Amino acid sequence: MTDFLLELRCEEIPARMQKGARADLAKLFRAQMDSAGITLGDLTIWSTPRRLALIARNLPEQTEAVSEEAKGPPEGAPDQAIEGFCRKNGVTRDQLELREVKGRATYFAVKNVPGRAVKDVLAEAIPAIIRAFPWPKSMRWGAASASTESLRWVRPLSGILALFGEELVDCEVHGVTSGLVTLGHRFHHSGDITIGHVDNYQDKLRACHVIVDHAEREALIRQKASEAAQAAGLTLVEDEGLVVENAGLTEWPQPLLGRFDEAFLEVPPEVIQLTTRINQKYFVCNDASGKLANAFICTANIAATDGGVAIVAGNEKVLAARLSDARFFWDVDRKKQLADHAEGLQRITFHEKLGTVADKVERVAKLARWLVEEGIVTPQTGAIAPQIVTPAQAGGQSGDTQPSQPDSRLRGNDEGAVKQLADQVELAARLSKADLVTEMVGEFPELQGLMGGYYARAEGLPDAVADAIRDHYKPVGQGDDVPHVPVTVAVALADKLDTLVGFFQIEEKPTGSKDPFALRRAAIGILSLILENELRVSIFDLITAAAHPGKSAEAGQEIANFLIERLKVQQRDADIRHDMVDAVVAVEQGGDNVRMVKRIAALQAFIGTEDGANLLAGYKRAANILKKEDWQGDEAEISRTGEEDPLALVDDPDLAPVIRAKMAERHLAEISYEPEVAEKALIEALSEAEPRAAAAVAAEDFEGAMAALATLRAPIDAFFETVIVNAPEREKRSSRLSLLAQFRAAVHNVADFSRIEG
Amino acid sequence: MILALHDYWSAQGCLILQPYDMRVGAGTFHTATTLRALGPEPWNAAFVQPCRRPTDGRYGENPNRLQHYYQYQVILKPSPPNLQELYLKSLEVIGIDPLKHDIRFVEDDWESPTLGAWGLGWEVWCDGMEVTQFTYFQQMGGYDCKPVAGELTYGLERLAMYIQNKDSVYDLAFNTPNENGPAFTYGDVFLENEKQMSKWNFEVADTDALFDLFNKAEAECRNALNAGVPIAAYEQAIEASHIFNLLQARGVISVQERASYMGRVRDLARGACVAHVEKETPRWTEEYPEWQA
Repeated sequence: MTDFLLELRCEEIPARMQKGARADLAKLFRAQMDSAGITLGDLTIWSTPRRLALIARNLPEQTEAVSEEAKGPPEGAPDQAIEGFCRKNGVTRDQLELREVKGRATYFAVKNVPGRAVKDVLAEAIPAIIRAFPWPKSMRWGAASASTESLRWVRPLSGILALFGEELVDCEVHGVTSGLVTLGHRFHHSGDITIGHVDNYQDKLRACHVIVDHAEREALIRQKASEAAQAAGLTLVEDEGLVVENAGLTEWPQPLLGRFDEAFLEVPPEVIQLTTRINQKYFVCNDASGKLANAFICTANIAATDGGVAIVAGNEKVLAARLSDARFFWDVDRKKQLADHAEGLQRITFHEKLGTVADKVERVAKLARWLVEEGIVTPQTGAIAPQIVTPAQAGGQSGDTQPSQPDSRLRGNDEGAVKQLADQVELAARLSKADLVTEMVGEFPELQGLMGGYYARAEGLPDAVADAIRDHYKPVGQGDDVPHVPVTVAVALADKLDTLVGFFQIEEKPTGSKDPFALRRAAIGILSLILENELRVSIFDLITAAAHPGKSAEAGQEIANFLIERLKVQQRDADIRHDMVDAVVAVEQGGDNVRMVKRIAALQAFIGTEDGANLLAGYKRAANILKKEDWQGDEAEISRTGEEDPLALVDDPDLAPVIRAKMAERHLAEISYEPEVAEKALIEALSEAEPRAAAAVAAEDFEGAMAALATLRAPIDAFFETVIVNAPEREKRSSRLSLLAQFRAAVHNVADFSRIEG
Repeated sequence: MILALHDYWSAQGCLILQPYDMRVGAGTFHTATTLRALGPEPWNAAFVQPCRRPTDGRYGENPNRLQHYYQYQVILKPSPPNLQELYLKSLEVIGIDPLKHDIRFVEDDWESPTLGAWGLGWEVWCDGMEVTQFTYFQQMGGYDCKPVAGELTYGLERLAMYIQNKDSVYDLAFNTPNENGPAFTYGDVFLENEKQMSKWNFEVADTDALFDLFNKAEAECRNALNAGVPIAAYEQAIEASHIFNLLQARGVISVQERASYMGRVRDLARGACVAHVEKETPRWTEEYPEWQA
């Protein structure tokens, strides 16, 4: 058994690609060994910016000889078939063997594949792995790149170390020949390092200032960064992404603490964190009170001769320039009020067919105000949701959705409070996008909203308005915080509705995986805002209100369907079955999502009970019989007999269940034959259950409606057990079918059970 | 510093050229880079290029952000196998000790949609500051680079700040004073320019006139293309590109228009590159029979 070491050296591999590269190297190597019939145990894979290393332990010296057999055509088959078989298996005709198979002489090809030296297998595998390596981005280089056929790699490939036991695995790819040497740290070591055995690899590199194991470098950065912060009396703000990135940028990581001028702390902390993290890959620290401190930790790649003094000084200089830039933006932006910035939105196109961002803001402001004036968003909105009300943060240091203390005047639902809410909502909406034209957001687009909130507070606007500006993009996709304070809810909902409805109206709908305007995210945001805040409104009314004037209004139903689809996705994540959604949507035409979701939840709970499952079975049986008999229902029967029942002419949908119950009652009285016990029981149970269920649905007591349906379970079971529907007497048959139709209608009143699977 | 770099790269076989005498946003716009990156002929050159980036102006208030600064550019085609080592040695030549300063190659892929060009490489960090852009050109003017050229772009002011250990670009010593002349700082030479040019770029420049100039450059580029003089056409494309940058600084180009203007500049630049390749192809294919565009 022999160990194998492979090291592929190249110019600096982007940090973000190293993890994927390790996985790809393992996968490709396993595939190569697999096809050679070599069984592998665990692989060790390491990466640094300048190398990918693989260690495979206990490989055999030789692959095993294998004998492969293939069954061919029978003796006497046409020559063509036999020759084809020979070609396919790479044997000549006289090498074929004849054997008896089920009494027939049949040709067999037997190939004896001798074992191969594993070293040779590896020598072929290495170039194949390199050529097949799936880098997310790759390039050509050097003189060979005069041909487009030249090797592509993430950066120029510079060396291969391939050691099998103590022997070189001889191979070559793109002019790079394998060897027994590696290189140490770029600056701490010069010259080749010869590796005699895999066991020396890690230690020899370490001696040359390379920690080849990425996990070890990560642990080192974690530990030393934390120690550096502690030594300065601070706490490291942990950031695993930065740990991995810095480990991917260094072979000999040395975390060092530096400082910046305290005066920069007047800039919002998110800005400081963003610029240090994104631009400089520095960690930040908090002071004892948990606030951002004027310190950072950079990760150098050398043990500097001066202990890092020059490096820290250099990094401090760079950060000072970055922060000076940030403060420049912060100062310049605050010279103007948000309302003045907002004027610049006239110059920014939102979408060619939907006007400028200023146009959008205007629409959103109107729509948001409408939401308040219609009582959809009220001063109490969100109050029902569990929330922690924190004191208004004077400095506005928080970036989360913690609501500020609601203005006391907003408590109560009097006209004054509504008017004030409407005014605040409109103001917040008008200013919501103003930060897009500020310098800061121009430099750091990810700060949109957040900066608007800061600037609003800085110019003395109410906290509720500043919070709404800050949070109106929320929720950004599933799982993000959903706003719960009225001003924010109104602006966030209006913004998303305007986007969704507008793009549907101009036929820019998501298709397949393409959703360039993030309409799915907008739809999920709309649903979350409605459901979490229990906003009682028909989605149809919302769509109508959000419709862009002068644009096609036909998109309404389509948008509603799109929202239903999103609702299914959202409900699925809450473990709600899509067929439950369908069953309720089929009978809920009002578009009130809150109602719908309550009903869906009650239905799923009910179907999960024994009563529910059995009732569903009874329903399916009834529906099948009705379908098979092509039963047209009461009206058809009436028209067939020419009789007119005045009750059947009442078409008020609210009265329908009552009417049906009345008709059932009369039906029972009119039956000319003696109904069987179970038949009578069902008729009675229906006349009880149907109005009860209907009343419960109207009162949004969906559990109550389900309970009413549950009372039908025993009667329907008994009915099917003892009553023959398809009785020879026409009257009995007709009456019983009619009864089943009533049962079906009663169930439909709660949910369309035909859409429930199972 | 410039002299040290000239000496060093000249010894590596580079022609030492002078700046292109037009307002450009980067050394890459120099014909010695753009047009020479096309085609099969080997090409090694080094030069200083003053650059104008109107939106980077900070009225002289930022210690290292300027609307006018100098790049030192090296282009080596085909890229030599030891390009990184050559580059690192050049840093030592200008006085950066790699065991005292933290030099790092951080992923930074380069793309210039206006030139129809992209490449992979790094920004080279010295103690966290980007001092050089290091790129292996993959495409130029929409053509695959065959062979690939390596491009090094040093930020001269930033490097000087390291070497002279200054916190602000304006404090850099511009000369070594002697009995014949007093000391000058970078600020003495350029601070007033930065203040005035920032104001002009952001607040003063006559936008109607700029729009007009843009259209004229565009028309002249087409005129030159029609006349079969692609280098002249390329100059007009550069001109249009700079005027577009000025319009951006004046904030009069909306997001949607921006794409459209960039498209127009790209069409000009690519048109010039295409015309250049077409014009040179007979000669290239004669000298390099293997080569194909």
